[in-house]
Amino acid sequence: MLIEVRWHGRGGQGIVTVSRLLAYAALMDGKYVQAFPEFGPERRGAPVTGYTRISDEPIVIHSQIYNPHIVVVVDPTLIGSVDVTKGLVPGGLMIIHSERSPEEVKKSLGVTDAKVYTVNAMRIALDILGRPIYNTAMLGALLKAAPLASMDSMAKVILERFPGAIGEKNVAVIKRAYEEAVGV
Amino acid sequence: MARLMGLTGNEAIAYAVKQCNVDVVAAYPITPQTIMVEVISEYVYNGEINAEFVCVESEHSAMSACVGASLTGARVFTATASQGLALMHEMLYIASGLRCPIVMGVANRALSAPLNIHGDHSDMMGSRDCGWIQIYAENAQEAYDWVIQAFKIAEDPRVLLPVSVNIDGFILSHSMEGVNVLDDDEVSRFLPPRRPLITIDPAKPITVGALCLPDYYFEIKFQQIQALREAYNVIREVNKEYESLSGRKYGFIESYAMEDAEAAIVCLGSTAGTAKAVARELRKEGKRVGVVKPWVYRPFPEDDLIRALGDVKVLAVLDRACSFGAPFNALCSDVVATLYRNGKDIKIFNCLYGLGGRDITPSDLRVIFNEALEIAETGKVKEHMKFVGVRE
Repeated sequence: MLIEVRWHGRGGQGIVTVSRLLAYAALMDGKYVQAFPEFGPERRGAPVTGYTRISDEPIVIHSQIYNPHIVVVVDPTLIGSVDVTKGLVPGGLMIIHSERSPEEVKKSLGVTDAKVYTVNAMRIALDILGRPIYNTAMLGALLKAAPLASMDSMAKVILERFPGAIGEKNVAVIKRAYEEAVGV
Repeated sequence: MARLMGLTGNEAIAYAVKQCNVDVVAAYPITPQTIMVEVISEYVYNGEINAEFVCVESEHSAMSACVGASLTGARVFTATASQGLALMHEMLYIASGLRCPIVMGVANRALSAPLNIHGDHSDMMGSRDCGWIQIYAENAQEAYDWVIQAFKIAEDPRVLLPVSVNIDGFILSHSMEGVNVLDDDEVSRFLPPRRPLITIDPAKPITVGALCLPDYYFEIKFQQIQALREAYNVIREVNKEYESLSGRKYGFIESYAMEDAEAAIVCLGSTAGTAKAVARELRKEGKRVGVVKPWVYRPFPEDDLIRALGDVKVLAVLDRACSFGAPFNALCSDVVATLYRNGKDIKIFNCLYGLGGRDITPSDLRVIFNEALEIAETGKVKEHMKFVGVRE
């Protein structure tokens, strides 16, 4: 089964990084993967999307992703100006960075045919990293909602990408987001 | 021991270049290729390869420096795209004319105007007749594998021609995929240091690229034609040797589901992957469709194409670059010429698609396959030239 994930955030928030980290962890688990950014120039602060494809079989398709199974909203301030639900498959999954309950967020998004998870990624990032860098927290929440990669592989990939204390802290962020994410 | 890495097309090419122990890289950054040379410059800076990285002021200078370095006997790599390749145009002919076995990564991108940074094949097709061997990869794995083979093909004394390895800009250059990489030692054994026939040397001065008037110019060009013909055999040998090393089989053409196909798409690069996925779906619906992907565009593999086509009745040939005013675009012209020379009566239509990075979707390809199947049924080609996904 081919799973397609779309990531929403802003330039500079590490959207490409998380789309690749997820793919790399799944790759370590023996899956076939693709991760690619929204094609074009990169602009700090502007709305950006990233994409991850994960499958049990080799992925030969190279067109863009229009109907993702999963949408991850890393930056909640985008909601309202960007249609984050666009093209989501019926019965799909949304993982939203929010301090509110998934019920509230689901209602405000007007989503009926999708499961919605929320996690307070900013709080987790500030607690553990001491900085508002919350892309990896959203990875943890995603893994809770959909087991696209094992926690072991994810931790390995994070420590390889960010060696030392910063890697350890990001693994802690991911684990806590995994614990705290709730869905409805 | 092979290793699995997650690499973009740009990174896969850079990694292959590192393992190929290049001596000189002269390059100028341009989107979407920039990361390719950026990564290589990091390898050089970190001492991971013992190479000279020449920062030049333009792509014209990049290729000029590559030609000079190659003539000294060095193993040379460069990379470019779009306007950069166009600016190199003059020097591309000098590289092939002076028989410099340079390898170049091209992250194919549209040409201005209007300004566009996205993927299409206008850049390489614009330099189609420059005498280079031209290879198109479908994904990051193929890009990696072809770069390693490209040096071996280029440097073979029977060939001594430059090679371009093309990847679709952004679609491949910026997409991360799993890539099985060889060990450094394995690559070194497959590709020992270059052994040039003649080198320029201040101690023994020779003239290179001297004036050559009507009395000899044609013969020199004829030697290039012969070398490109000879490359046909060398590419085959190198593919075989690489297969025994890597387990991955390459050739001039990849055929997908062509055994009993009635209709097929012929296309270059990443689009072939999407076409294969669509063909697989259509096969499940009982439709006999296949895909033919030329890996090697120059020298154009006529015999391999004819073999790959089997008893197919209809071909949709997809071009991602426009030959303005021509009866067909570049790839289709070559396919038509090949069919004509081999007396093949196969119905054919040409689809121009994806200019300036316009996405080609599975549903676009499904429509093309279905039109080809309809022609197989009726025997009538409605439009010889179709424009896929354009607002007229």
